[in-house]
Amino acid sequence: MSNSLAHARRLKNKISKGISFVFLGILFFFLGWIMLTLVTKGIVGFDMRVFTQMTPPPGSQGGLLNAIIGSLLMVTAATCSSTVLALFIVVYFSEYGRGSLLTPISCFMTDILLTAPSVIIGLLVYNIYVVPAGHFSAWAGVVALMIIALPVIINTTDNVFALIPHELREAAIALGTPRWKMIWKILLPLTKTGLISGIILSVARISGETAPLLFTALNNQFWSLNMNKPMASLPVVIFQYGMSPYKDWQNLAWAGALLLTLFVFTLNVFVRVLFRRKIVIR
Amino acid sequence: MVDRLFKGISFGATTTLLLLIGVILVSLIIGGSLCMKTFGWHFLTTATWNPAAKEFGALAPVLGTLTTTTLALLFALPTSFFVAYALCELIPSSFKLPLTILTELLAVIPSIIYGMWGLFVFIPFIGIDLAAWLAKHLGGQHLVGDFFQGPSSGISVLTAGIILSLMIIPFITITFKDAFDLVPFNLKESGYALGCTQWEIIWHIMVPYTRAQLIGGTMLGLTRALGETMAVAFVIGNAYNVTASLLHPGTTISSSLANEFTEAESELYTSSLITIGLVLFAITFLLSGSARLLLRRMAQGRGVSSK
Repeated sequence: MSNSLAHARRLKNKISKGISFVFLGILFFFLGWIMLTLVTKGIVGFDMRVFTQMTPPPGSQGGLLNAIIGSLLMVTAATCSSTVLALFIVVYFSEYGRGSLLTPISCFMTDILLTAPSVIIGLLVYNIYVVPAGHFSAWAGVVALMIIALPVIINTTDNVFALIPHELREAAIALGTPRWKMIWKILLPLTKTGLISGIILSVARISGETAPLLFTALNNQFWSLNMNKPMASLPVVIFQYGMSPYKDWQNLAWAGALLLTLFVFTLNVFVRVLFRRKIVIR
Repeated sequence: MVDRLFKGISFGATTTLLLLIGVILVSLIIGGSLCMKTFGWHFLTTATWNPAAKEFGALAPVLGTLTTTTLALLFALPTSFFVAYALCELIPSSFKLPLTILTELLAVIPSIIYGMWGLFVFIPFIGIDLAAWLAKHLGGQHLVGDFFQGPSSGISVLTAGIILSLMIIPFITITFKDAFDLVPFNLKESGYALGCTQWEIIWHIMVPYTRAQLIGGTMLGLTRALGETMAVAFVIGNAYNVTASLLHPGTTISSSLANEFTEAESELYTSSLITIGLVLFAITFLLSGSARLLLRRMAQGRGVSSK
């Protein structure tokens, strides 16, 4: 009796292990396939023209320069503005708003915002910015990306702020330091690495966002630095060209996809290598 | 003085954050008011979507969203669980870090790349054959037959579910693995000392211990799948079908929005699209809100932080 029980338990264990390795194999097979496709198809359209020429009309040669620049501009503007906003919000969460009712409600709302579909953020910005302004514009895209980056930065920064020992704050206050100075001179330097890694991760997150840009920055086939006009961006161009029936466009879309993935990977590896060990403050 | 300014600004920033959610809701409701006035509650149960005749109903995209998400979770949950189990307990420790980093990187690939891969690689190489096989072998069966009616071009609800699950698996796996890593060694060692097998350790010790994190990770994956636009828009075909068959093209709320929003000419058309957006926002809001409350209750009950 006990022998058969032991047998059954061992069998169960073996089956579970078997399933695990099968799933592990299947998963990495598919994900490896995705990576392989990305590299082999991306290499075809990947040359210097990608970085030096504008997006072409169907059937002719061209590159992705305007889309790359557009993405860089919008992502930079969105990241800068949401970093400032997020920093103040986190300061409120962890310093001024301690014990206030507003803090838990806002934390809850941050979580909601983090899980809100990005396409909804696009709709929102369309309603509150594009419709009143009467035209699509890069600024609208910036606002949409900013709202998406905001909860990401708040969450990572809030975690780091929570790690700072309370005694440190008390020591500063006891010496007569005003609170803002304590935040500026003591908390910020301590949380710098965590903050920077949060910012980089949010850049990685928003640079691949397509849906919110469709209704806000739209697209632009030509070179434009005017933030009040529609502007091309890498993900939107990839979407448009990838869905098109033209071979040249599809090749360019794959080249763009490879470029975007490499960019996102580099940022993540960078954060991992440089900051992983330093984020935790003791 | 400066302190007051600092406090004021940070208070203002936090209020802005709160207002933002309110503004999302209000602007969606105002944007969708024309549609709601025209169609009323029938909007949710009507299957027609005919821009030319100005008749709109949300049934197809809402059902599509729910079906693809359910499929994605159905595939993703067991896979993520077992892969996380393998990553934590089964594979040699020298492989653990590289495989973890690889999974983390896969979790950050922009979703549009999954969509493109689905359209250009998955459908021609697997999707068509898979659909034909399913239609042939399961299409005639008694209970499940309705779900597998062919013929299919590979552009289908099922494909969308598979691509979505591939997209959220790395993400859920990482949260599961991070949760399993939290289990104290003492607990596991005492289990082994009592003669537990590895499966019993994971099922009877690690899963109950990390329940809150597992639910949290699943909910995050679920809301991602619900709102995902690009991975779905490439492979689902954007057809307003209401059929049981998973092998036919369909649509989801987010892919309808991505495909049609900038092309909608009439006010009613735009308003209808905004209303289905409101439905999507309401679903994710309810889901992530209730998950959050559940997690808090669990954390209070056990005195463990939910993070």
